[in-house]
Amino acid sequence: MKLRYLADLGKFVLWQKEVFRKPENWGMYYKELIRQMYDIGIGSLPIVLLIAVFLGAVTVVQFYYQMDGTLIPPYYIGYIVRDMMIIELAPMVTCLVLAGNVGSTMAAEIGGMRQKEHIDAMEIMGLNTSSYLVLPKLIAAAYVVPMLVCVAAIVGILGGYLASVPAGLFTQAEYVQGIRAFFIPYNVVMMLVKSVTFAIILVSVSCFQGYFVKGGSIELGAASTRAVVFGDILILLSDYFIVVLLTT
Amino acid sequence: MIRAEGIFKQFGDQEVLKGIDFTFESGKTNLIIGRSGAGKTVLLKILVGLFAPTQGRVWYNDLDYTNLDKKGILAIRKEVGMLFQGNALFDSMTIEENIRFPMDMFTPMTAKEKRMRVDEVLERVSLGGVNPKYPSQISGGMQKRVGIARAIVLKPKYLFCDEPNSGLDPKTSITIDELISDITDEENITTIINTHDMNSVMEIGENICLLKEGKLAWRGNKDQVLGTDNEELDAFIFASPFLRKLVEAAKSNGKTTLENL
Repeated sequence: MKLRYLADLGKFVLWQKEVFRKPENWGMYYKELIRQMYDIGIGSLPIVLLIAVFLGAVTVVQFYYQMDGTLIPPYYIGYIVRDMMIIELAPMVTCLVLAGNVGSTMAAEIGGMRQKEHIDAMEIMGLNTSSYLVLPKLIAAAYVVPMLVCVAAIVGILGGYLASVPAGLFTQAEYVQGIRAFFIPYNVVMMLVKSVTFAIILVSVSCFQGYFVKGGSIELGAASTRAVVFGDILILLSDYFIVVLLTT
Repeated sequence: MIRAEGIFKQFGDQEVLKGIDFTFESGKTNLIIGRSGAGKTVLLKILVGLFAPTQGRVWYNDLDYTNLDKKGILAIRKEVGMLFQGNALFDSMTIEENIRFPMDMFTPMTAKEKRMRVDEVLERVSLGGVNPKYPSQISGGMQKRVGIARAIVLKPKYLFCDEPNSGLDPKTSITIDELISDITDEENITTIINTHDMNSVMEIGENICLLKEGKLAWRGNKDQVLGTDNEELDAFIFASPFLRKLVEAAKSNGKTTLENL
């Protein structure tokens, strides 16, 4: 079992040479890039918005519950929500959701193409399928996922506002004061670094699982599941290493 | 001309091809026939370069395809068209986009030229006007014809067809066979068809290679089939009791060739 993972890792590393080979036709790759940007960005926007609103809302209510009756000023809750959303929740939760949503779709799409001989047909035409099927997805995700994460962070902070101010937990002035307090721009850099890294991980893992799928529909389902599971694990692992690297 | 030289192929412990030597002749309809599991598809995929042989070589004229570098392989692939068993048409694209795809990817043709070429090949396969439809909106036989149209759109020198008659009714099968044979003659291309369809063998088999359990069991052409004394070919061709009775009756009247029959 361990050997299989090692063999897969070796196969993945060797495969990168094909993925990053010079495209045969930039125009066709560009068209595919735009399609992927639309699919990843617009396609995932509703679920990202929904999750971000509730993440912000739950964080505020939870912290209000924890800090109520203490000497900590209420505006700190706004500050905590902002930093939690920017540093951790927006990039990580958004990418975990995208690994489930976009990642499984990519694995199934490419795996389906493998099974229906679409990939063979493209190879016979002389196309480098590793590059054509993966590179536009990678570039699209590296561009679009950070945008989605930024939107998630803003919407999360708004969600916190909606859950607290109208409910009378504290005033609008206190929440806004918290959001504006102790702002460190470097945290946004950390968020963007995480977003790009997670985007590359989720696309690479998903495409790899789909591209090398063998067998029938059961194997395709298993590949799709593996794409999500391995994607999630690697996102969590890399999250830890990025935090350690960027905060020490 | 494509030549298979001492081709062996092994998947794990299973040896699928055991030393195939065969020459697929230029400008002819070459058939690879045999029962299911004989190794036909594996041989076809080795010839086209989708599988690497465990041992042996594939020659495209004087070029050793099995030992070419990436550039050389790409150069040959640009001269190859292939019809897949399941058609391999891209579901999310229209028929026109499917056929245009190789042109979009590899040629500097203008949009007008591409449109004209798409119409031309669709007319050639008697499917004029289906351009805006999706593969799921046309029948299996039409999908095969679209597959052929896509395979010939870049005017290949070599046409490979993997089970072109599978899943088709006998009449549509004949249409597909005739179409492939006509295109082979008109364009003077080398066509290699992998089939177990008896009608294809008797109608378009100009150069036939019979495989049995990964070995070459017989070679010849359609005119030599009826008079064969090869047991493997006889068992394969006349697997249908009805056909055997018919041929026995014909043979008893001294008719041993297709024309006589």
